[in-house]
Amino acid sequence: MEITLTVNGRAQALELDPRTTLLDALRDHLQLTGTKKGCDHGQCGACTILLNGRRINACLTLAAMHEADEIATIEGLAPPDDPGALQAAFLHHDGFQCGYCTPGQIVSATGMLEEARAGWPSHVSPNLEAEVALDRSEVAERMSGNLCRCAAYTGIVEAILETAEQERDVEPREAAE
Amino acid sequence: MKPFDYVRADSPRSAVAAGGARARFIAGGTNLIDLMKLEVEAPERLVDISRLDLGGIGPAEGGGLRIGALASNADVAAAHAVRRDYPALARALLSGASGQIRNKATTGGNLLQRTRCPYFTDTSQPCNKRRPGKGCAAIGGHTRNHAILGATSHCIATHPSDMAVALRALDASVEIEGADGSRRRMTVGELYRLPGDAPDRDTTLEAGELITAVILPPPPAGAAQSYRKVRDRASYAFALVSLACVAKMEDGRIDQVALAFGGIAPVPWRDGAAEEALRGENPGPEVFEHAADILLADAERQGDNAFKIPLVRRLLKAELARATGTGDQR
Amino acid sequence: MTARFTMDETQPRLLDETAQGVIHEPMDRPEGRLKVTGCARYAAEHVLEGMAEGVLVRARVGRGRVSCADEEAVRAMPGVLGVYSDSRMLQVPAHGGAGTAPAQGPDEVRYFGQPVALVVAETPQQARHAAEALQVTYEEEPGDFDPDAAGTVDRPDKRALDQGDLDQAMAGAHRTVDVTCTTAPQHAAAMEPHAAVAVWEGDRLTLHGTLQMLKHNRAELADALGVAEEQVRILSPHVGGGFGSKLGISAESVAAALAARALGRPVRVVMSRQQVFETTTHRTATRQRIRLAADADGRLTAIGHEDRVYNLPGNAFSEPTAQSTHFLYAGENRRMAQEVARVNRACTGAVRAPGEAVGMLALEGAMDEMAEALGLDPIAFRKRNIPQRHPETGQPYSARALAGCMDDGARRFGWEARDPRPAQRREGEWWIGIGMAAAARVNLVSPSRARVTLREDGSALVETDMTDIGTGTYAILNQIAAEMLGLSPARVEVRLGDTDLPPASGSGGSMGASSAGSSVFVACRALRKTVAGRLGCHEHELTLKDGTATCANRRARLHELAASGALSEEGEFRPGTTKKQVSQASYGAFFAEVAVNGVTGETRVRRMDGTFAAGRILNEKTARSQCQGGMIWGIGAALTEEMVFDPRDGHVVNRDLAGYHIPVNADAPPIGVTFLEERDDHACPIQSKGVGELGISGAGAAILNAIYNATGLRLRDYPVRPEAILSDT
Ligand SMILES: Cc1cc2nc3c(=O)[nH]c(=O)nc-3n(C[C@H](O)[C@H](O)[C@H](O)COP(=O)(O)OP(=O)(O)OC[C@H]3O[C@@H](n4cnc5c(N)ncnc54)[C@H](O)[C@@H]3O)c2cc1C
Ligand code: SF4
Ligand code: FES
Ligand code: FES
Repeated sequence: MEITLTVNGRAQALELDPRTTLLDALRDHLQLTGTKKGCDHGQCGACTILLNGRRINACLTLAAMHEADEIATIEGLAPPDDPGALQAAFLHHDGFQCGYCTPGQIVSATGMLEEARAGWPSHVSPNLEAEVALDRSEVAERMSGNLCRCAAYTGIVEAILETAEQERDVEPREAAE
Repeated sequence: MKPFDYVRADSPRSAVAAGGARARFIAGGTNLIDLMKLEVEAPERLVDISRLDLGGIGPAEGGGLRIGALASNADVAAAHAVRRDYPALARALLSGASGQIRNKATTGGNLLQRTRCPYFTDTSQPCNKRRPGKGCAAIGGHTRNHAILGATSHCIATHPSDMAVALRALDASVEIEGADGSRRRMTVGELYRLPGDAPDRDTTLEAGELITAVILPPPPAGAAQSYRKVRDRASYAFALVSLACVAKMEDGRIDQVALAFGGIAPVPWRDGAAEEALRGENPGPEVFEHAADILLADAERQGDNAFKIPLVRRLLKAELARATGTGDQR
Repeated sequence: MTARFTMDETQPRLLDETAQGVIHEPMDRPEGRLKVTGCARYAAEHVLEGMAEGVLVRARVGRGRVSCADEEAVRAMPGVLGVYSDSRMLQVPAHGGAGTAPAQGPDEVRYFGQPVALVVAETPQQARHAAEALQVTYEEEPGDFDPDAAGTVDRPDKRALDQGDLDQAMAGAHRTVDVTCTTAPQHAAAMEPHAAVAVWEGDRLTLHGTLQMLKHNRAELADALGVAEEQVRILSPHVGGGFGSKLGISAESVAAALAARALGRPVRVVMSRQQVFETTTHRTATRQRIRLAADADGRLTAIGHEDRVYNLPGNAFSEPTAQSTHFLYAGENRRMAQEVARVNRACTGAVRAPGEAVGMLALEGAMDEMAEALGLDPIAFRKRNIPQRHPETGQPYSARALAGCMDDGARRFGWEARDPRPAQRREGEWWIGIGMAAAARVNLVSPSRARVTLREDGSALVETDMTDIGTGTYAILNQIAAEMLGLSPARVEVRLGDTDLPPASGSGGSMGASSAGSSVFVACRALRKTVAGRLGCHEHELTLKDGTATCANRRARLHELAASGALSEEGEFRPGTTKKQVSQASYGAFFAEVAVNGVTGETRVRRMDGTFAAGRILNEKTARSQCQGGMIWGIGAALTEEMVFDPRDGHVVNRDLAGYHIPVNADAPPIGVTFLEERDDHACPIQSKGVGELGISGAGAAILNAIYNATGLRLRDYPVRPEAILSDT
């Protein structure tokens, strides 16, 4: 069937078997191989993408269901020669080893920070209605949908916390301007 | 995956018209696609309901809260009304799956997700739930995540949903649209069925029926609510055992109590007699033990899951003690 | 030109003399930008023109023969191009470093899930459905599925040792410990599933694979296919984790190559996660009996370590469970022995730190028990039993900072605050305890080659078929070359993972950094000599820094010296006699604080520290990550990881990542890692030792020892899940 997908701001028409998952469409048909396949069953998070700004696992949805949606992948977060703040922080904190889970971690963290900004609580939040204070355990819980067998979790948490702090420092200034 | 026809529904009416025994609705897809890849599910037609306007969360007629069947697990957990009035539900949702899955998983799909019995998802193994009459490979196999209550010699699988356990404790009901456009409502308790000799049917829904919403009654005023999940990992793991507890004290006595358990039965499990034994009593260890005795009177171990029996007892005692202010904080 | 070096004697510590100052520095990974932007391409991501898709078909019996496969029906399905069950297809993966094909012939089924055919179609969706649809009938045969009841049990001589009289020592001891510990089967579960893209040009095969040891893999693949090695090229520049599971070739490579040949078009075969669990190597379960005898002074007089493991019949590998028990602690009377049960389960093989990863769990748990029996602090007791010389061979030790690591770790962790009495600390429902264990992992090196070129523009190129499976090879080879040649790391390019390049050790057994690193060092040393010669001075007088060579009063820019043509040297490193002269290992100490829930039996690790000494640390950042990762593996082994095999047919019950629980982010506590300054002159010319596996070698024992301290429960069966706690309280 013919499907038009809008990925990283570009609409592209594809001829796909209806069985094609969004993940396979990205990897096999759009050559966007930054999104990884670790399990194909929603169990690892390597395939995390942003669907209308929200993080989801691309392996558990069909491409055919996503016409008219905005899809963002790791390739759309920043140009390859100019990584964004989160990517730079992952690099600096060694938040990866083999790198296979990494794009998923970074896209997931991007979505996660947005969720925290929106005030969503997590399983470890002591109070469901209080403001979200991202700390080590909050980040770890919210990032637990992204497995890393190299177990770079320490660096992942540090990188995300640093980025969140930087953003927090920047935001009030922006507001003041 | 077996090939299928893909159709997109533009209204609940067109969805039920396209549904039927050989069709499946697809909402978030996080369970259905998982199973279709394994060819455990092989619908001939996939009816995409994800674009229907059933995602709202708002006041229900006559009080309470109405959660559209397509509201995502994440949106429900983040909704202020849920966090404020139904913390057990928010907690249950937040303890389930991962951030990514919760963004995609829907309320209706979560209720109707299928068991995580590893023999069910392996087509090399006989399974009565997947292929009625073939036998149950789990019996005599590895049974760590299997049921201690409500199982039969046909099937010993558990229902995996956290959300449904909280909904059961909160006396929620589901709103259903039938294939002919008729509407009905039933409680979450009535939605699920025990396997008996037909474990292929998890629920009492007729083929092609669409869940349109979940309705929560007004929040039990003054009641303590909790959801507690015991699992192997600190996150991203299904419950070994979970407990949703709603309890209200009055003059030092237990006035209202609802206890729903996950991970121990083919359905989110409630035992009216155990709750009855608590009502009107002074909270204390003996009373809790007595309720646990009633709850576990028919518990049957399969082997690897024997630990669930003491675990349920401990959980029940600890959570009741907390809810009634007579025990440890976590 | 090739510069050869064999490690027959210790070498001057040249890397301490050089001027660039980049070695050891916590440099970011040079390939990191590719990884964080999604630009690093892994095997399955080579989507080639005209590529067909292959899916392996799994055996649905635990043992037997394929009697018939209804290939016709499947060939008629949409898009299907072929069904292959070529007799060259693999039954099992090659054992690490084998260099020859493993057992072949898909018709004979030796374990449930073994690949019996490959279905190839135009699209992955078609191929997967057709593979599921293929009807295969089997002549089933009875199998042995239970390692405890296996009909055939081997007792390898190489694992047997009987020194002195263990029984007598036990009988006459002041205190004894005689315990049995079990560990569960484990899977490497690297995040990137096994995958291969095969394409033939004439008689030459190019395989994009995900493999750890390319020179051996090339030989294995050529042997399996029946072609000459020269006809095979393997590319594996990025590997999404291996941990042993990609040491040898497995079914996908051979199947892809055969189908590609038959079809005359590129073929991709990617294992599903389930297949990775079912058909790639895993770590055996172990049952280990440890016996310790000690005198009244707390000195060990005897150590016994006997174990039972399993593997498929005919497979040479067996987990070297007692590997570090041989050299770690004193005790004149010693007995080691192994039983290998032959079972019809997927093949076992090396998984991160084969031997120590499980052996140290049993030993370090028993050491804790003995310390308690003696009324000694666990660290004091261990220190008292650090032998002067290898208790079996009499060899001296090379650099060995075991005591220093324990002391350093104890200080950082706050060990002195520990109450040795169990079950004393409670916070709400949680029991809190702390525990420690020693870390030890044998040090290995193996032959390795690399070419280093000083290019006309004064930059350097390092080339070798070495792999980077996440261990940091790109970083450390860069740093060694940059340090030796006096270049900023930005001026050094490292190319890896291509069998057209000089053959390296490969990644496995933590030997890659020292072996491949030494080959780069040897090549650079030769280049330094050439540079010195061009300046007319002796290499000892030479200083290379920031692209400038200086000696005596002469100076030149490197690009000037290479202006007349790039300077290229191949370095070859070979292990030599220093290996025999001394007992070599990396050491360390683990500390863990756990919380055990008194209601639910859940255990969570609250913090962990490790202090390690592994010779020269080549990159402090990547080494730290390796150790942190290892310690989190220790958490997995201690608390969550178990492959479950069905006792009736041997199939893997939990064959996915929702059923097999590797630790998630929330399971990982803050982890402190400290490296003690050390040089091991006997290890290799860069004085480094392995770190990649050290972080797991004993980590889980610190956790179980902490559980004991928290609860008073002495648990010896790994992993410890709620039921283990509940059954004892
Ligand atoms: C790795 C992993 C971990 C998970 N962990 C947890 C966990 O810890 N706790 C937990 O509770 N869950 C867990 N889940 C399950 C998850 O919650 C479910 O997959 C999800 O809720 C299903 O919702 P969906 O909208 O994606 O359903 P779908 O996959 O779209 O549908 C599921 C089923 O419901 C039917 N259906 C959907 N909507 C309707 C409707 N409105 N009316 C009638 N029929 C309908 C479909 O036909 C299908 O049969 C996990 C899932 C994964 C993959
Ligand atoms: S327990 Fe139920 S779902 Fe599991 S194998 Fe048996 S019949 Fe199937
Ligand atoms: S590949 Fe999608 S979650 Fe693992
Ligand atoms: S970096 Fe290897 S799996 Fe995360």
